[in-house]
Amino acid sequence: MILIGYFLGLYFFDSAIAGLLIAILVWVVLSLIAYFQGDSILLSMSRAKKIRRDDHPRLYNIVEEMKIASGLEKMPDIYIIDDPALNAFATGRDPKRASVAITSGLLQKLNRDELQGVIAHEISHVKNRDVLLMSMCSILLGTIVILAWYGSRIMIFGSMTGSRRSSSSGGGGQGQAIILIISLVFIILAPIMAQLIYFAISRKREYLADASAALYTRYPEGLASALEKLGASTGQLKSANKATAPMYIINPFRKKGMKASDLTSTHPPISERIRILRAMAGASFNDYDQAYSKVHGGTGVIPAASLAAETVPITTTKLEGEAGEPTELQRARETSDVMWRLGNYKTITCDCGAKLRVPPNFREPTIRCPHCGRTHQV
Amino acid sequence: MPVAAYVIIGVVVVLAIILFVLYNGLVRLRNQVKNAWAQIDVQLKRRYDLIPNLVETAKGYMKHERETLEAVTKARNLAQQLSSAGAGERAKAEGELSSVLSRLLAVVENYPDLKANQNFLALQEELTSTENKISFSRQFYNDSVLRYNNQTQMVPSNIVAGMFGFKASEFFEVTLTAEREAPKVSFT
Repeated sequence: MILIGYFLGLYFFDSAIAGLLIAILVWVVLSLIAYFQGDSILLSMSRAKKIRRDDHPRLYNIVEEMKIASGLEKMPDIYIIDDPALNAFATGRDPKRASVAITSGLLQKLNRDELQGVIAHEISHVKNRDVLLMSMCSILLGTIVILAWYGSRIMIFGSMTGSRRSSSSGGGGQGQAIILIISLVFIILAPIMAQLIYFAISRKREYLADASAALYTRYPEGLASALEKLGASTGQLKSANKATAPMYIINPFRKKGMKASDLTSTHPPISERIRILRAMAGASFNDYDQAYSKVHGGTGVIPAASLAAETVPITTTKLEGEAGEPTELQRARETSDVMWRLGNYKTITCDCGAKLRVPPNFREPTIRCPHCGRTHQV
Repeated sequence: MPVAAYVIIGVVVVLAIILFVLYNGLVRLRNQVKNAWAQIDVQLKRRYDLIPNLVETAKGYMKHERETLEAVTKARNLAQQLSSAGAGERAKAEGELSSVLSRLLAVVENYPDLKANQNFLALQEELTSTENKISFSRQFYNDSVLRYNNQTQMVPSNIVAGMFGFKASEFFEVTLTAEREAPKVSFT
């Protein structure tokens, strides 16, 4: 980016410093906005609603369990996005100000262990400070794209009207041409390179978050089976956009049949993530690294500093469909109750079994059940 | 001043900085161990508080499980009494409590009326989650102890640890064999 700024400045203002200043100023302003307001912007953009403990005790408990397992100092805020697509994301600039958001679709579809895996993945993003890293990377990327775009516009414009500066300065026509060519090459290549690097970083952080989730839950199968359900669904999240994509547990823009070695994806292919998780012999980072090299070939997906030689056994006591586990139908009802309540609707359960949803602007003192005709106080 | 003096001052400053960094690192790890231990305590206390409510709710429905319910209450009271005892004894009592609790929650399956009780379901969710939180906080405690102990034993931080009396911490092991084998009935 600095190079782009340098050549832009050199070409248009005859001073590299001015271009550099533009680049740095744009970057600093964007960084500050992202640093202080990033999480609230992201949450309001995705129309997420904050929940309290009473709204959904199970979800709250699962988040608290993962907060304890990861040793996070503060309980993250929990948000629900009213969307049938299956996805989740984490945000917040540091572990003390973190939020976890999941879609209502996910809340219905996943059982407790799967939800635990997903939440563990999101908490790992918080714990590894991926939110900060990826938002800084995306600002950097955005700045490069903006500058390159302006650069190309000004160049086209400048070449049509004839550059005043190059004629007035005179003399060094050849030097100007060389600078023009170099800056053109940079303007074209820099955004592409930046994007590829950005995607590569994002994929690496996803693998790391998967590994941490396995370590926290001691149960890689939970996340693997959740990813299986997520992969089987095709609904796209309406409120996602490109800048926020790396924060989600799976790529919100993914299409069917994406190639395994896709360089332009923010996320590794789901099938590969599942195979790695299922190939794990234990639950430690070491086991994840070995499973990764078995499935994918090559090593080094986990930073060497966090690799410990210790063995961590996988919990084997969890069984599907145990006592107290609500069925999918019960979860769907539970979730829709929460969503109505978050929309300030009042729910009245009639003796005949019907549920009346009273909208917040309903003014009458009583309401009649349309099913059996009983009247209820509002 | 001669060059040698500068060199000596420089070396002393660098050594002091290294000492500070190592010392602070040890303090941070030790505090993490302490916090993790407190977290286990919080969750165990939460379990003591939940059990009487659960037993009270279940009593009306589970006429034939008087013995199981009594065993749960007894194990809970014993564990609470031993909460100020040493880690070993305490771990044993808590393990016992965990195993009678899982037995109780397994027989709940035979009482559909109880399973339909909203109050009981809420309590069961709380208890299930508290059991999970206990094991996760124990897991985090043991991870923290491992990191702290490694730090107190490895060169060069072991020198600092020896100088300022940082002692290795104990792991919170589940000593009871019953708890290791029994949980075929998990209630997640």
